[in-house]
Amino acid sequence: MNLFLLLLVELQEATLLVWRAVRHPFRRPLYWRETVVQMDTIGFGTLPIVLLAGFFIGAVLALQTAGTLRSFGAQNYTGRLVATSLLRELGPVLTCILLAGRSGSGIAAELGAMCVSEQIDAMRALGTDPFRKLVRPRLIALMTMAPILTIFANVIGIVGGLVVAITFLQIPSSVYLASAREALNYDDLWGMFLKTGVFGLIVAIVGCRCGLRTRGGTVGVGQSTTTSVVVSIVLILVSDFFLTRLILTLSGTA
Amino acid sequence: MGEYAIEFQDVHLSFGTQKVLDGISFGVYPGETKIVMGGSGTGKSTVLKLVLGLLKPDSGRIFVDNEDITDFSESQLTVMRQKIGMVFQEGALFDSLSVYENVGYRLFERGADEEEIEETVRRMLRFVNLEDAINKMPAELSGGMRRRVGIARALVGNPKIILYDEPTAGLDPPTARTICELAIKLRDLEGVSSLFVTHRIQDALTLADHHATIGDNGEVVIVKNPRGQTETATTFLMLRHGKVLLEGDADTFWNSTDPYIRTFLELD
Repeated sequence: MNLFLLLLVELQEATLLVWRAVRHPFRRPLYWRETVVQMDTIGFGTLPIVLLAGFFIGAVLALQTAGTLRSFGAQNYTGRLVATSLLRELGPVLTCILLAGRSGSGIAAELGAMCVSEQIDAMRALGTDPFRKLVRPRLIALMTMAPILTIFANVIGIVGGLVVAITFLQIPSSVYLASAREALNYDDLWGMFLKTGVFGLIVAIVGCRCGLRTRGGTVGVGQSTTTSVVVSIVLILVSDFFLTRLILTLSGTA
Repeated sequence: MGEYAIEFQDVHLSFGTQKVLDGISFGVYPGETKIVMGGSGTGKSTVLKLVLGLLKPDSGRIFVDNEDITDFSESQLTVMRQKIGMVFQEGALFDSLSVYENVGYRLFERGADEEEIEETVRRMLRFVNLEDAINKMPAELSGGMRRRVGIARALVGNPKIILYDEPTAGLDPPTARTICELAIKLRDLEGVSSLFVTHRIQDALTLADHHATIGDNGEVVIVKNPRGQTETATTFLMLRHGKVLLEGDADTFWNSTDPYIRTFLELD
């Protein structure tokens, strides 16, 4: 089979995976417990690293751009620049890359280990649909947690920029914050939700698919984990370009 | 089809270019234990996965309890699987759940009430002699204990058919013997039909030469069959190169002149 065919097969498998996970949405059991547990591990578990990364990204953004802005005499727009960059690009992309590294890989490893130790087969033999019990909770958790975590990253990033503005750039906090608030608009906001929703979906699908196709023992689990991270990050970056184009067109700024 | 509990009719299956099963036909009568033997990679485990519908054959028909399951949908299979208990090679216990949750898994999924689950789980664990381990996690158990918990889990819901996938592989002889005695008890006292996949000739000897009865004091005893009289409830199926090499009762198996089977029996 050539590469193109393989790609097509994977696309089909991924589509099937989502379909099997979302169909019969109200048939019992609903697996609420599993969903809440996943939301907790994915959302709350990733929060510290997202806050840490978000703070320093905002800070370094302010530090890097202030010099250039000063040469145009536009130093007071630092807040706006930091807020817009975070809201539109850095917040969604970096948060979801962190999610891919931390949660997507975890999902691939967990499902992969279950696959090679026949736990998935055992689950099916005991009359449980693994797509509904394992895939759906992770899908829901990632699609809801990605936007929420991004909001946290954006807020803490703006705070990071503020700290730098006050301590290194001698920009008054009122000026920074007023200019940051100017950056907020609805187009950027729904754009962010669209992006993070799609990115969350990508991380979930890639993580689950890589986990469930694991073959070949512990070595296979390692490979699945690596593949899931690489593929999610690449897909996030590529889809980000097209989503940005779409959002700009729809909001009339392009 | 007819009176079989499990029947395969000319089943073919290949993974890519590799032929795994090349026209397999056999039947298991109700209450019968069929020992499936063969070297590694001869498709023994594949047979079990086909019975459960975890894999679909390329061609041929498979009947379980007189129903043609070959073209069943996943939801039909889910209903059918309630009749079957499967014991996996390494137990395949869910690592994240305790022994109690593992054994009661089927009941938890069905949303049964706590008292019923507790009662059933304790009864099943008592059957495999592991009631003390009820609150342990799978990681704390030895290999033999994991298989026994796996058997207890398979027994919940009183399935008519039990499939064993090398339940004794990698165990010391006394522990393997315990597992075989559980299978004997299920065969003779509960009347379940089984496919018992193994490559150990000792398992076959134990299963074919013993039977379980209720003793004078109401306890279960495993008795060795009198010389020359083998249990008819145990039959053999030998696979080689994806084909059935031999199917028949124990005597046919022991007296076979096929050189491959004789090396397997360590007679030559």
